[in-house]
Amino acid sequence: MRQPTGSAYFMDDTHEPRSSHTAVLVDNEPGVLARVIGLFLRPGLQYRPQPHRLRGEPTRATSRITVVTTGPDDVVDQIKTQLDRLVPVHKVLDLTQTGRALERELMLIKVRGKGEARVEALNLADAFRARVIDATTESFVFEITGKPDKLDQFIVLMTPLGLVEVARTGVAAIARGPEGIG
Amino acid sequence: MAAQDAAELEPKTTEEAASIDPKAVNLSAETMTGAEIVIRALQDQGVAHIFGYPGGAVLPIYDALFQTEDLEHVLVRHEQGATHMAEGYARSTGKCGVVLVTSGPGATNAVTGLTDALMDSIPMVCITGQVPTHLIGSDAFQECDTVGITRPCTKHNYLVKDVNDLAQVLHEAFYVATRGRPGPVVVDIPKDVQFATGRYVGPGDIIHKSYQPRLKGDVAKIREAVELLASARKPIFYTGGGVINSGPRASELVREFADLTGAPVTSTLMGLGAYPASGPQWLGMLGMHGTFEANNAMHDCDVMLCVGARFDERITGRLDAFSPGSKKIHIDIDPSSINKNVRVDVGVVGDVAHVLEEMVAIWKASRSRIDPAGLADWWRRINSWQARNCLEFKNSDETIKPQHAVRRLYELTKGPNTYVTTEVGQHQMWAAQYFRFDEPNRWMTSGGLGTMGYGLPAAVGVQKAHPDALVIDIAGEASIQMCIQELSTAIQYNLPVKIFILNNEYMGMVRQWQQLLHGSRYSHSYSEALPDFVKLAEAYGATGLRVSNPAELDDTIRKMVETPGPVVVDVHVDKMENCFPMIPSGRAHNEMLLGEAGEQTINQAITDEGKKLV
Repeated sequence: MRQPTGSAYFMDDTHEPRSSHTAVLVDNEPGVLARVIGLFLRPGLQYRPQPHRLRGEPTRATSRITVVTTGPDDVVDQIKTQLDRLVPVHKVLDLTQTGRALERELMLIKVRGKGEARVEALNLADAFRARVIDATTESFVFEITGKPDKLDQFIVLMTPLGLVEVARTGVAAIARGPEGIG
Repeated sequence: MAAQDAAELEPKTTEEAASIDPKAVNLSAETMTGAEIVIRALQDQGVAHIFGYPGGAVLPIYDALFQTEDLEHVLVRHEQGATHMAEGYARSTGKCGVVLVTSGPGATNAVTGLTDALMDSIPMVCITGQVPTHLIGSDAFQECDTVGITRPCTKHNYLVKDVNDLAQVLHEAFYVATRGRPGPVVVDIPKDVQFATGRYVGPGDIIHKSYQPRLKGDVAKIREAVELLASARKPIFYTGGGVINSGPRASELVREFADLTGAPVTSTLMGLGAYPASGPQWLGMLGMHGTFEANNAMHDCDVMLCVGARFDERITGRLDAFSPGSKKIHIDIDPSSINKNVRVDVGVVGDVAHVLEEMVAIWKASRSRIDPAGLADWWRRINSWQARNCLEFKNSDETIKPQHAVRRLYELTKGPNTYVTTEVGQHQMWAAQYFRFDEPNRWMTSGGLGTMGYGLPAAVGVQKAHPDALVIDIAGEASIQMCIQELSTAIQYNLPVKIFILNNEYMGMVRQWQQLLHGSRYSHSYSEALPDFVKLAEAYGATGLRVSNPAELDDTIRKMVETPGPVVVDVHVDKMENCFPMIPSGRAHNEMLLGEAGEQTINQAITDEGKKLV
């Protein structure tokens, strides 16, 4: 039974956890990533630092960090205010607030096999628009971009065909439309 | 492509590095050494006193200090002492406290005080020396990763690698430490940077490019708050340390607004003095050891105005039973404090004084008024709670009751020129309950972190800022030993602090919890092998007094006040006295234990679930 007020941490029953993409614009200074990441002691968070220049200020470099979190609305709001009070943070924008964020991830994946499995891997890669960036007579390295679930699916398909190794970048996200974060 | 990415992530060039808009900075550049820049920046920031301890990595700064006359340095005996002195100095003046320590152990010894200042929102700039730039990362003598270690315990920190950035970074450090929710800032300066020659720039009008906390609240929200408050029948003001940090005007406005609305006022440990303890609407402190009337009023109110407090777990007790029927208004300068622990109905982000100024004006202009019949009814209920007289205790002719000792201390020393610091434990709670504060900035205590050893150095810092004031450290015999070495500092600088030790030969609060939670098994909480505090005081060159007879208590306190120089008073008090009232862990505000509760009730008071809490 929920009380009229209580801790944010007790409220999962009324706020469905949702996935949120937050763009954080920070000063490009040493240690800034550690400051931002230090806030995320909770599990289940991913981050993706991206170099970025603020339009109109060509000499002053800032970096853009994309934070992917899952949590109820009020926990996501707490994360935003906590990020915003860090001194080198310029702006915190919830890209999923309006439901219009674009997200992409890049993955390099190594598959090893001969004969039919090798041909099948190449065919599937073609269907997924993955590029071959390295090949030997018994292996491929594919480069593939897309939404995280597309990449997940590709990994599932490659597993029985001789999956060796995966390197993923994490998500880069941006809002649709003409407006920028700055 | 990869090379280009890397280039974009490279550290900024000198011109880009400092975050202050160069246009806003006074560009009449002068050239001097890094060490001279430090001194000059402190002077330009209006710093009169710094607390520090020299060492290899800050020798150039100490050399520059040697040649400076209008910046007074207080030599401490341990770096932790320096940080607490700066805290006491800051808390009692509203200014920024400044600390200067060396690399390695100097910096790590300062960590406790930095964390303490972060938890209690105390403005502090801590300058640390560092090994020369080319040795960083080589495990050099007295090297530690100061910015790495202090990142989670400061509001912000800097490692300055270029002497031309130093002046701007220092000015920015003061800006960050004092603006918004105040906090500690560390500036780590390698020794070669202190020797190098570079450009000095003055503070100018700093417009920080990313950190600009808002002072004025959203007027629409303030109107909403006023309407909500005007609709109340059972209002309460819950004020905190944010009122003190906002400055004297904020305290005046709390008083004015309380007077206008007729609402009762309670406060957190950190907010004592914002509303006078002698005021007609004062309910006393709230929370775990708060008064019966304050906690019951918080539980039963219908509109709560939280001013500069943060719904700490020592305040709320059991969260899902915290003030269940009330609408809540929260004023705080830190947006992340709002809706953090408790969901509020109206959150106003802004400085307390700015927001209250607006709130009072709107209240007056709209001729708002709380329904007098409802309010009268509310006060009748509050009066019935007050009639329980929850701070009453059974006094004794044989042993000195600690509550009695604090009450007599208050009666014999009260006045606007009296400042009180405490260590942490039972004596701290008794001081909060029985010493009554009518003005802000008179009460210095370690609230958030709960640092034993805080009180004596804090008192030294307060006395430095207020040389003619009566500064008393209410201490326990265990806490006082944690930073006793600062007595030597008090002697050196002729700072007549008075140390009032409530000696019950136990870490009292630990013993109390062991009695309540662990079947009276007093594991390692007895203060064995105590020093003779009178001889200890004399060894340092201070005066030592001792009292154990209640009849001699008053005379001893008078003697303490009259004796010039530092005085240590060893007050032998009842060993087994517990601190009441108390909300046991895991219980709600209306489930308090009062002093008359028998042993039986105490043992049953805390559930198994509550025992797991702290």
